[in-house]
Parts: sequence; C-alpha cells; structure tokens
Amino acid sequence: MALSADEVNKIAHLARLGIDEQDIEHYASDLNNILDLMTQMGELNTDDVQPMAHPLDQVQRLREDAVKEEDQRDHFQKIAPQTENGLYLVPKVID
Amino acid sequence: MAWETVIGLEIHAQLATKSKIFSAASTAYGAEANTQACEVDLGLPGVLPVLNQHAVRMAVKFGLAIDAEIAPYSIFARKNYFYPDLPKGYQISQFELPIVGIGHLDIDVDGESKRIGVTRAHLEEDAGKSLHEDFHGLTGIDLNRAGTPLLEIVSEPDMRSAKEAVAYMRKLHELVRYLGVCDGNMQEGSFRCDANVSVRPAGQTEFGTRAEIKNINSFKFVEKAINFEVERQIDVLESGGKVVQETRLYDANKDETRSMRSKEEANDYRYFPDPDLLPVHISDELKVEMQSEMPELPDAKKQRFMTQYDQDAESASILTSSRALADYYEAVVEQSGSEARLCSNWVSGDLLGALNKAGLDIEQSPVSAERLSGLLKRISDNTISGKIAKQVFDELWNSEASADDIIDAKGLKQITDSGAIEAIIDSIIANNPAQVEQYLGGKDKVFGFFVGQVMKETQGKANPGEVNKMLKEKLKR
Amino acid sequence: MHNQSISELGQALRDKKISSVELTQYFLDRIKRHASLNSFITVTEELALQQAQAADQLLASGQARALTGIPLAQKDIFCMNGVKTTCGSKMLDNFIAPYDATVIKQFNAAGAVTLGKLNMDEFAMGSSNETSFYGAVQNPWNTDTVPGGSSGGSAAAVAARLTPAASGTDTGGSIRQPAALCGITGLKPTYGRISRYGMIAYASSLDQGGPMARSAEDAALLLQVMAGFDEKDSTSADQPVPDYLAELNKPLQGLKIGLPQEFFTADLDSDIAAAVETAVAEYKKLGAEVKDVSLPNLKLAIPAYYVIASAECSANLSRFDGVRFGYRCDNPEDLTDLYTRSRGEAFGQEVKRRILMGTYALSAGYYDAYYLKAQKVRRLISNDFKQALSEVDVIMGPVSPSTAFAIGEKSGDPIQMYLSDIYTVAVNLAGLPGMSIPAGLVDNKPVGLHIIGDYFAEARLLNIAHQYQHVTDWHTQCPPGFE
Repeated sequence: MALSADEVNKIAHLARLGIDEQDIEHYASDLNNILDLMTQMGELNTDDVQPMAHPLDQVQRLREDAVKEEDQRDHFQKIAPQTENGLYLVPKVID
Repeated sequence: MAWETVIGLEIHAQLATKSKIFSAASTAYGAEANTQACEVDLGLPGVLPVLNQHAVRMAVKFGLAIDAEIAPYSIFARKNYFYPDLPKGYQISQFELPIVGIGHLDIDVDGESKRIGVTRAHLEEDAGKSLHEDFHGLTGIDLNRAGTPLLEIVSEPDMRSAKEAVAYMRKLHELVRYLGVCDGNMQEGSFRCDANVSVRPAGQTEFGTRAEIKNINSFKFVEKAINFEVERQIDVLESGGKVVQETRLYDANKDETRSMRSKEEANDYRYFPDPDLLPVHISDELKVEMQSEMPELPDAKKQRFMTQYDQDAESASILTSSRALADYYEAVVEQSGSEARLCSNWVSGDLLGALNKAGLDIEQSPVSAERLSGLLKRISDNTISGKIAKQVFDELWNSEASADDIIDAKGLKQITDSGAIEAIIDSIIANNPAQVEQYLGGKDKVFGFFVGQVMKETQGKANPGEVNKMLKEKLKR
Repeated sequence: MHNQSISELGQALRDKKISSVELTQYFLDRIKRHASLNSFITVTEELALQQAQAADQLLASGQARALTGIPLAQKDIFCMNGVKTTCGSKMLDNFIAPYDATVIKQFNAAGAVTLGKLNMDEFAMGSSNETSFYGAVQNPWNTDTVPGGSSGGSAAAVAARLTPAASGTDTGGSIRQPAALCGITGLKPTYGRISRYGMIAYASSLDQGGPMARSAEDAALLLQVMAGFDEKDSTSADQPVPDYLAELNKPLQGLKIGLPQEFFTADLDSDIAAAVETAVAEYKKLGAEVKDVSLPNLKLAIPAYYVIASAECSANLSRFDGVRFGYRCDNPEDLTDLYTRSRGEAFGQEVKRRILMGTYALSAGYYDAYYLKAQKVRRLISNDFKQALSEVDVIMGPVSPSTAFAIGEKSGDPIQMYLSDIYTVAVNLAGLPGMSIPAGLVDNKPVGLHIIGDYFAEARLLNIAHQYQHVTDWHTQCPPGFE
C-alpha cells in the first residue's frame, strides 16, 4: 500500500502545500517509511478500546454569553499582507 | 413518465446570542468590516476557543421542542477546507455525536398533516463574508460574521414537493422564533436554507442522485429554486442524461440554479475531534431547566386558541403564526373585554392587512394592543359603528392618540338620540315621495336608498340597526 | 553572577546589591558574547531594559515578588504583544504578535524581565533544533552537536548561562530531551497545568509549556508563575496551584520508584543506562525503594504519537494561509496559488512532511486505520501508566537513548530522529508530568534522568529532583568555556 508520487500530489493539494515536482519522490519515500512505522499499530488488537482524544477526563467548560472584546481592527491589520477599507484582500474568489 | 420529487433541507439558524460561539466578540449585525473580529475569530496563531453557554442552552431548548434526543455528551470536530472567509482553515462543527439527535416536526399542507423527520441538529461556527465589489480585481474579506453561532438543522429526505419544503421551513422558522433562539431575520442571513433535491420514477424506492442548492434565503426562493431544479433534473433524465451530484447556486434574478465552480472538486473534509475543545456534557438538570423555560409551542397554542377563543383552524393558525402576534391577540382580548371573534376579525383582518401593506412585523405595529383594545371597547359598547371604527383605526395608525380621543375630537359618537334620528327620517321621507311610492309599491330594494340617505345625513354616526328598525316602522304607514 | 540561582539573584536584588537593570545588562552582554550558539532568534534589549527599570521601581518600593527583576527568556512559540514571534519559521518571520500569551502575561505580572525569544525547531517539530528557519543551535557542551529540540534554544541558553532560566514547550519531549542533552533541569507539567493560550499550537492534545532552569528549585519558582487555570483555554485544568517551594525539602524516605523494563533495552546506550542506574542508587541511599514495573505498549507510543501529532498539526497549521498575517508569496495568480505557494515557500521540509502525513492519516478511507487506531493505542498506553503508577510513586528511566549527536548526523533520516523520542512521547500521550534532571556526563556530554509522576504531581517531582540535587552536583556543572 505504498504511497505513489501521484497520491502525494493529491495530499499536498488537499493541504494546499506547494511542493516542487523534483521533491515529490523524496517525500513519497519518507512518508512510506513513516507509514511502515505506523502500520505497526495494526498488530495490536484494539477492538474493545475506547479512543482517547484528551489526556484529562474532563468536560467542556462553558463561557458566559457576554461581549468582552473591543474593536482592534487597526492593530490586527497592521500585520496583514494586504488590506483595504478594513477588508483583507485576496485574489478573486469565484463562487 | 411520472416523477416523484424527494427533498431534504438543511437549515442554518443563527442563534440569538450576544457574543460569538467561541469568542467574546459581538454578533451584532451591520458593524463596519472586521471591527467585530477578535483574535480568536481571526484565527491568530495561539488562540483557543471557549464555548458559549447560551448557544448550548438554545440548542438543547430547540432539541426538546422537536421532541429530539439530546446527547448527554456531544463532540466538536474540525471540518477542514481552505477558503478565505474561513480563518483557521477549518470550521469548528459537530460531526459524530451532535448535540441534538433524531426528532420531528409536523407540517400542514392542503389541510393534511405530515410528520417530517429531523435527523439531527448541531452547533457550529459561521464563516465570514467575501465581498466581490471591485478591489482592483481582488476580493475583500470581512470576518465579522466568522464565529457567529449556528444551529444546523438537518431534515430527513421526507418532503415530496416544493410546497412541503416551504411548509417545513416556515414551521421551523416559526418554532425558532417562538423559542427565542433565532431572530429569523432572513435578509440578514439569520435563517438560511440548503436544499437537497432529487427526483425518481414514481414507485421507485431508491433515491435518485441529488443536487444541493446552497444558501437560499427566502421562502419564495426556496419554492422557486426547488421547482426549477426538479424540472431541470426531469429534463436531464428524460433526455437520456444523468443527474450529477453537485452543489448548485440559486440565482434569483434569472430564476435558475447553476453549478458552483468553486465547489467542483470533491471535498475531503477530514473531520476529527477538535482537540482544543472537550466533550460537552448536557445534564438531566439542564434539560429539566430548559423544559421549564419552554414557552407554549405553536401547535399547542393553536389548539388552545381554537377551543378558548372559538376560532376555526385557519384563523387560529394565523393568530399563532408568531409568538408576538399571539401575545398581541391575547392582550387585545383581555384588555378590550370584547368578544374573541370581534378581536380576531380586527387583529387578523384590519391590523395584519395594514401591517402587510406597510411591510411591518407585529413587533413594529404603530397601533399597540392597548390602543386597539380602546377601539374595540367602543365598538362593543355601541359608542361607534363598525364602519366608523375603520375610520378611527386609520387615525390610530397615523397618530399617537387613543380611540376615545379620536372619537371625541372628530365627533364620531353614534347618535343614540332616537328623536334626532326620527326627525331626519321624517324629513327624508317627506323630500322623496317618488321613492316612497316605489317602496310601498313593492320595490324592497329602495329601502337601501333610505338607509343610505340617513347615514349620509348623520355622517354614519347613526346606529345602523336602529335606523333600519325606525325606517321600517315609518315606511309602513 | 551567572552561576547564581534565581533565589540568590532575587535576594541580591532585594538587598540592593545589584539592580535589575545591571543584572539585565549583564545577561544581554553575555548573550551578545555567545551569539554564535544561535540560541536566540530575537534579543529584546530595549524592552528588557524598560522592564528592568520598572522592576527596580517595584524593588525600591518593597513590592517585589520572587521573579521581580529576574531576567528570563521565552521560547519563540509564545506570542508577545509587539514582539516578533516566529515559531522558528519563515512563515512568521514578519509576524509581530498583536497580543500576549497567558504565560507571558503571567511573567509580566510577576515583574520578570524578558531578554528575548529563543530559537526552536520550526513549529516545535523536531528533536535537534535543526529544522529552525534561523539555523541550528549549538550545544554549549560541544558546539558540533545539537542541543536537542524542539526547545533547543531554551536549553542551550540556560546551559550556557545566557539566561537564568527559560520557558519551553513539550509536545513529545521538547522540554525534557534538550534539557537532558544540555545538562539542565526541565519540567513538562501535567497536560492542562499551564495555559496554552497564545502558545502557537503544534499538537493541541499534547502541547504543554513548562520551565527550563538549572535546578529544580529555580524550575519551581518559574512553574509557580506559569501554572494555573486560564478561562481562555478550555483544556486548562481548574485545579488549585500548590506552593511548589514548600514541598522541596520533604524527605524521600519510603519513596517508591518504578523502573519499566521496556526502558532498558538494547536500544539504550549502555553508558546512559549506567548513569541512570547510578542515579537510582543515589535515591536508594535517600530512602527510596525500587521496583520493576511494565509499560507493555511502549513500543507503539512512537507510531501513535506521530499519527496524532501529525493529524492535529495538519489542521493547526492551516491558518497560515497568507491572508491575515505571516508570509504571503509574491504575485499570486489566484486563490489556490496564494495558498500553495505561500505555504510551500514558507514551511520547511519537516513541517511539510508532518502536514502531509497528518492530512493523509485523516483523509477519507484512512481515518480508522491511522487516527482512530492511534487514539486507541493512546488509551492503552495511558492505562499502562495508570497501572504502573498505582504500584509506585514515580517512574524513572532515561530521557534520550543517546547523548547529544552531531549537527547533521540524523537530519536526513526522519525515522531515526523520531525513534529517539521513544522515552518521552508516551508521557505526552498519557498527559502526565515528566522531568529531566542532569545525572552525569558521558564523554563530557550530559545525561538526563527522566522522572515521571502522577497527574498534577509536579510538587512531588520537584521535591524528588531537589533532594537529588541536594546530594549531587551534576546540575551545577557548567559547560567548558561558559564558566
């Protein structure tokens, strides 16, 4: 079930990660080695095991519904690559 | 071939919280771009979500109202995709274990009741908005809406016509407003609908391939979009083609649906439990508390109106179509002390008519329940006639004055002095001998002429019953 | 002066033997002198001197607390309002954080002085500090070797006495392993003990900040300030914070130490095994009992860890898209081009590898085999620890299978690098607290002793470490050239 270069390209696209064509094989080989390591988990029977998403056995704490944030637009947009009239600008979005 | 339509709806109801679902930024509509997007909403590096208690309570309340199972533990998941209005590159939503499980809603179509299944309802955050106005060929992103709490209510594919779909959507709209969990404002996008539409040959049990029509924001457009889509799919199938599973957009200007290019590629959302949030626990105590806060729901209220106020089903439906209208009606009945029928005629007739014409909701009515009651009192005690009352109502609508003030100021009181009316009748009979002849000669219709003359002479202030009685007496002779 | 403990420096400040400005300037000079270690990404000289001045005023008014006026340095993963916060990545090379992490707020409130931001593996992904966009950090014990990672800059700076102590973060060993390789004391607290708000996320269910210092006592002073419930972090523990100094001097009589057989296998360097055994023998002298315990699923900790960490990071790093902050590629043709080039140009190889891995592990058809399976293995590993910790008070063992390796030695082989995390990642999967304390030198390179305790047993761990440091002097050893 080795990953092909083509599959690596598909994953890279899902993750919107530009990878140079000449590096794809290299990534494919690394990922296959890592997958081999991960496949070791398959040897263990875990049929009756509850998956563990969090280290601590707690439930979600709920916040009071109150507005506590003030407008900091100018502060936040100082670090933005491109803004105009308070909007973040991106290449045209086509619906 | 006969075709059957199959429709399932996904409704996004914006929950009426003050702050966002995972941050303390305001959800108020209409603020200047990005002034209500805090560091959490912007998805800055390092920020974390904390769940809004009110959003959870509203979801539970909704679930109880549709008789649904409330999950004792529900989980938030990340739905991964890239879009500029989605700051984190994932939407926090629920996938496995939504907060509200299987429930149902009953709709009425053409006098028939039908039960529509609700598969689930889950909490999630809204995305921002992309503005396509011209920024030198670029798109502007406003993230004020990002993080607004939504309840996504997913129905079973139980509807068989656009009409049923609209009835379901209206019923849900009425319900969320009754519960106070959503303001239902469709122009502002507080209540939006995605429709999954497919067709199949009548009698076939398997579903056809469906198309999803995104983001429809009015009842009218839902009906139109579905009807267009059904016809399109039948055309495709009848000309030997195949319906493609895809996302489509309804264009209200052209009244058509079209394929959305941006959603063309098959999505792999890679849902997984959000490690920044823990399981949400809904205790039995919370459910009891929410149940105790539950208002009387539309169906129960309608039944009660039919018995308590002697209304037929249609009138009761109208009066209970919103909680505010029902409350208004009951206030009028109580305050005017008038007959329930008189009150319903005025509320669902004159008042709603005027509101519709002015494009106003009951909450915005210029005539309060108290002022309308003042008018109805004077009808009930015969101070004014029904006809004069309409004149007074117009004044109520256009001024701040009470009915009594208007009646006084304009001298609209009914003439109850029978001597005065008698004198007027006598003079009319004396001045119209020809008509008297005709009437006595058997032309009963001429009677109306006399009534009209009396009303004209009294400027409508005479009690019509009294006038009729007296005229009949006088013309006998 | 740079060999003094934080308590000693604090006393000197309160006794007006030195001002915070003088102390701060002293360390700033030291940082400059040893710039070739490359342990700092940003030195916040101006800010540090301002903070020191403010601290001196507090000291003068007698309102000083334990850390008031003490210079510290922060791992460059913690957002600091107005200060460049890079996370070791080209992606954030232009990122001036617009808000303070909770940990930073707490240090500021305590009156501590921030000398600067410390180098680290890119987005905390690495065990050698070689994945940093700002270049490898040198281990002060041997400048041809790595300091470990991902908190490599923190460990190197503390070991070289460029700062009295520093913050670090630990997702799979990122505090403990560099602490071991640089011969300092590092504590990864229980998951949830320290707020993660403002700490740039790598793997949210594993990440935990913690102190890195030269002694358990100094670490306790830092932890006292860093620990605590934070309403901005849903995963923060709503547990009272004990007085960590109060417990330090408790005797260890009757302490039960567990040694997992799975820690002492052929993969472990025999010199390190010997150093650990010597340290355990020291504990016996202090009255501890030693017992064998078992962590039967330990060998699956690495695959489970790398699946979970990669999956979480693949989503956590999606926000770096060139829209609201951070790197944006030149002249994007369209939206997809903006995303793929910005991310492709600004993320390094190891980050890309893990994003790809995580994206794959979560994708349709593979979720159950990888992600869900890893979560189940996580449960089993956590249960193993629970069982062991029901038999003993703490677990001891090695931190790293080898001492510091040469820069470049493993960087071409990710699997080799991942395997070196064998003793540390399991602790993060379970969410337990773990420490590394200096326990010897092999070929003049430090060896760390790993102490793993029960949930929220930080005070106990610090006590155990402190008692050892009371009778040994490994923690006071200074790398040659930095005395």
